[in-house]
Amino acid sequence: MRYIRSFGRFWWNFIVGDDWRVAVGIAVALGATSLLTHEGVNAWWLMPPALAVITAGSLWRAISRS
Amino acid sequence: MSTSAILIVAGAFLASAVEMVEALTIVLGVGVVRGWRSTLIGVAAASIVLAVLVAALGPALKQVPIETLRLVVGALLLAFGLQWLRKAILRSGGFKALHDEDEVYRQERDQAAAAGKDEKAGLDWYSFTIAFKGVLLEGLEVVFIVIAFGSAQHRLGLAAAGAGAAVVLVLVAGVLARGPLSRVPENTIKFAVGLLLTSFGCFWGAEGVGVDWPGNELSLLAVIAFFSVFSIIVVRALRRRPAALVPAEVKA
Repeated sequence: MRYIRSFGRFWWNFIVGDDWRVAVGIAVALGATSLLTHEGVNAWWLMPPALAVITAGSLWRAISRS
Repeated sequence: MSTSAILIVAGAFLASAVEMVEALTIVLGVGVVRGWRSTLIGVAAASIVLAVLVAALGPALKQVPIETLRLVVGALLLAFGLQWLRKAILRSGGFKALHDEDEVYRQERDQAAAAGKDEKAGLDWYSFTIAFKGVLLEGLEVVFIVIAFGSAQHRLGLAAAGAGAAVVLVLVAGVLARGPLSRVPENTIKFAVGLLLTSFGCFWGAEGVGVDWPGNELSLLAVIAFFSVFSIIVVRALRRRPAALVPAEVKA
């Protein structure tokens, strides 16, 4: 059990890292882009600024902690 | 060679180079103090595991439909790339310690000298496990990037060649330098890798949910430019803030 838990923690840290909100933000941004695309809007313009906002938020949290 | 192909080779090469520099420091620190036999067997064992991962996962991913693959790979690259980019911005802005290979090397040597003798299966177990873990963990990031870059464009060989070239280059440089490659601009390279991972992740992730990028592959350059400008602006803003002075970092 401990092995499974540490194995899971390793992959969580490897992919998600120390700010899970970034992973959630990426999922939301991709979801919103998908919705718009399926409504007939070619939303290529959404992802870059959304990711910039997500990164800025994560940086702000990191700086606030230091 | 297309724009994306060049960027895939560059991304795999740079990511592999920076991770292999870190692995080399760990291996040198252990090998110099405790001897090379068990250390190199650890390196070989980890290399075999990594090669098997690429050989097994690469062809298996060819069976996945390209749109699904690009969405999954794009999302994973974004999660991974934004971590690299975030850390690189914090380092450049003075809010995170710069990576110092000389300090890591000194610590590895001290720990190797202090560790007790433990022989298993005819091997110095400390040397074997430290070398194995070091190469496996640093290499895992490279494998992930190679598979992600290679599979999303069906160019696994190209990405693997870029990463392989970096391994050879770092090995040769390490043998010639007989020490850690502390003069390699690791933090600048990590910044570039973070930008490439994030840009490819953005490009493929959006394509995976049905977006048609204007200008197709050429818009990848625009995405890279966007994140570069964004990063430069943020770094400049951070440098204007009072930051706590941080000592040299010994972990990635």
